[in-house]
Amino acid sequence: MNDTLANTEKKTAYILTLPAVLLVFSIILFPIFANVWISFKEVELKDIRIPEPRAKKIVKSISDEPSKIKILYKLRNSSLIQEIRDVSFQDNFPKNFEIENLDPRCSYKKYNLKCEFGNWPAKYKENFQVIFVTNDGSKIDKKNLKSIKPKLDGKSDNILLNTNFTFKNFKKVLFENEFIDLLLTTFYYTFFGTVGSIVFGILTAQMVNQKFYGRTFMRSVLLFPYVAPVVALAYTWELLLDPNSGTLNSLLLNYQIIETPINLLGQKYIEISILGFDFKLRLALTTVIMFEIWRYFPLAFLFILARLQAIPKELYEAADVDGASPFQKFFNITLPQITAVISILFMIRFIWNFNKFEDVFLLTGGASGTRTLPINVYQQGFAISDIGMGSAVSIVIVVLLLMFMFFYFKLLGKRVDEN
Amino acid sequence: MRIKNTILFSLISTFFLIFLISIWKILATLQGLSINSFNIEIILIFGFLISLAHLGIGDRIKSIYKSIIFSSIFVFFDGYLIQKLPIWYNVGVFLILYFFTNKISKYTFIGLKEEHSTQVILFDFLTLFGILFFSFVILFPFYMMLVTSFKTQIALLVNPLDFSINFSQDIKDLFKSYFVIFKSYKFGKYIVISTIVSVGTVIITLLFAIPAAYAVARLNFFGKTFLSTSILIIYMFPAIVLVIPLYTIFSQLGLRNSIEGLLIVYTATTLPVAIYMLQGYFKSIPKELEEAAILDKLSWFGIITKIIIPLSIPAISSVALYVFMIAWNEFLFSLMFLDNPNSFTLSRAIQYLSGDAETPRQYLMAGSVVVTLPVLFIFVYFEKYLVSGLTAGSVKG
Repeated sequence: MNDTLANTEKKTAYILTLPAVLLVFSIILFPIFANVWISFKEVELKDIRIPEPRAKKIVKSISDEPSKIKILYKLRNSSLIQEIRDVSFQDNFPKNFEIENLDPRCSYKKYNLKCEFGNWPAKYKENFQVIFVTNDGSKIDKKNLKSIKPKLDGKSDNILLNTNFTFKNFKKVLFENEFIDLLLTTFYYTFFGTVGSIVFGILTAQMVNQKFYGRTFMRSVLLFPYVAPVVALAYTWELLLDPNSGTLNSLLLNYQIIETPINLLGQKYIEISILGFDFKLRLALTTVIMFEIWRYFPLAFLFILARLQAIPKELYEAADVDGASPFQKFFNITLPQITAVISILFMIRFIWNFNKFEDVFLLTGGASGTRTLPINVYQQGFAISDIGMGSAVSIVIVVLLLMFMFFYFKLLGKRVDEN
Repeated sequence: MRIKNTILFSLISTFFLIFLISIWKILATLQGLSINSFNIEIILIFGFLISLAHLGIGDRIKSIYKSIIFSSIFVFFDGYLIQKLPIWYNVGVFLILYFFTNKISKYTFIGLKEEHSTQVILFDFLTLFGILFFSFVILFPFYMMLVTSFKTQIALLVNPLDFSINFSQDIKDLFKSYFVIFKSYKFGKYIVISTIVSVGTVIITLLFAIPAAYAVARLNFFGKTFLSTSILIIYMFPAIVLVIPLYTIFSQLGLRNSIEGLLIVYTATTLPVAIYMLQGYFKSIPKELEEAAILDKLSWFGIITKIIIPLSIPAISSVALYVFMIAWNEFLFSLMFLDNPNSFTLSRAIQYLSGDAETPRQYLMAGSVVVTLPVLFIFVYFEKYLVSGLTAGSVKG
């Protein structure tokens, strides 16, 4: 009895979870494996379209002979690179149509025209013409004729399914792609974006944790950048920072803080001298990181605030009795209480920033020294149309990410052990 | 010690005043006033003197009179003698000074003798500074987005600093950008597509997620722990890695440029979060209710529809709103999968619009307002649900 109960429970559980598991498997897990497959292939964007035999049907009436009609099929192979084998063709006609000139490749039975065209090489084109006569001399409805679409079929190799593999893509990614520069840019972007958003998160959470008028309103406002669509925000920032008529540059010029406009998103380096030391700052990258911090600190804020509100008040009261200063209270009570949240946040944000595509893409498109790995996936795969290369770059991302996650869970496991 | 504290207090409060006045000056500049200098030296001197005078006078004059006197002196020098600016600007300065002197009125000479008094003051002022600074930094881009959408191309080029909106003009002229994007750029259609995609994603996600979350929360089966940990790991997986294989597969299946394709991908990417958020809530529902139902021979379908769903309306609405927002804001997949202007979502349409360098920026901003407003509205209106959802799922990229 118990056994059957447990069995039904199992069955129910599988039925309940199956749809979700299947969908997630086919759209998320399967593509990750497909990515590995593609990354070992030489595939370009144009290769992935399956070659199709196509026919455009043109109906022409023949002058002086109302019972006759000429039908022209413009046949072609849609692919520029692949051949199609065993192309077959079918079209239907009204019940009073007799064919006048039958092509040797075709047969006409029961008002159905069937043809076997054999193999079509890439770029193949042919004008195929048939003439019909109506056997009862009635008027021909051209529109109706046109509305019947011919059916074509053929076999072709799917370049994705053959078993030619190569290491070329990975060689190119690692040795010809300014890989070190790519990695460094991604690392700067990820690291400083993460640290910045957490620092601002701590500051704002500490701030909202005090009592002041309009606190709930402030909390909503602080989350605006996080919930608003990235497209809108990125374009607003672009306008704000525009060197020619952007508000920021105009303001700085107006108050004579700068003499010439700064192209914050289009300039790779800016020379800065502090205390006599000259160094080059990566300007566009810094701006993109600023945007990143601006957009994602609300998440850190929300997490840290939730943690702050859970700290027992007694701790602070005891500190007051001991005569601790506000800074001492912050460093000795608040900070130790939020380190766990911060370490988790750091990991989450690090992983997500590492894969962030939209923000950089919309702001700079990866120009002026802001090319990160995810941007490179897009550039290789869609701008240069080398799907194999794009896949290889994303495999590199996955590998780096897995390494990172491995250490993350190790660290997390340790933490659990300690408690 | 007292002298040091007095000077520190005056400096801290003065820097706060400089910040307040600077923000006001920037805002005034953006209303078309020509102010070319922050006059930091003057504010520094006056702020410092006011702080010192405030401590020196102490309680001898009622604080309200003190505030009024200080503010008037400041306005007189800063506004009238130095800059000759319109009256509303000076009223603003007066109010800022009034606010400022009120803020400092709680600090007294005697209080400064206390231990850590400067740190307390610094903390207080940093909080105030933070509130204003972050409000400004966050709201300014939104404000700019809104204002720019009401301007004309010429006005924007002539004076990029003029943020004033001319309300006296005809409604048709004021909302011209909006009329244009709806008429010439088919934004009405894109709103419909975005809504269908987002609402569709919400419905399908809930249909799949509720049973799965129930199973994970309540039933014992082989692979349960594996399933619940893989939910989180899958959630961490980057969308950019999925893009190329999905693109190739969707191209071959003819799913690109279709709403169905987007729905499938959005549902799959939001499912892990939805399951994670829901199972957490389902676990908190008392088990006894279901045990009674099982005795009544209710099937699992009955348990879910008659017990679980009615009890978890808050969690379900939170997930629904959350998924809606993810789907509405989504950009990467819509960029990859849609290249036919007839099937664009709002985000993709705005990006497409910006691809043409000739597109006037006010159209772009009007489009941005159109895509942002619904989300902000939902967020502000349902904030309570959403915030709990955000912290529970900690989601989105």
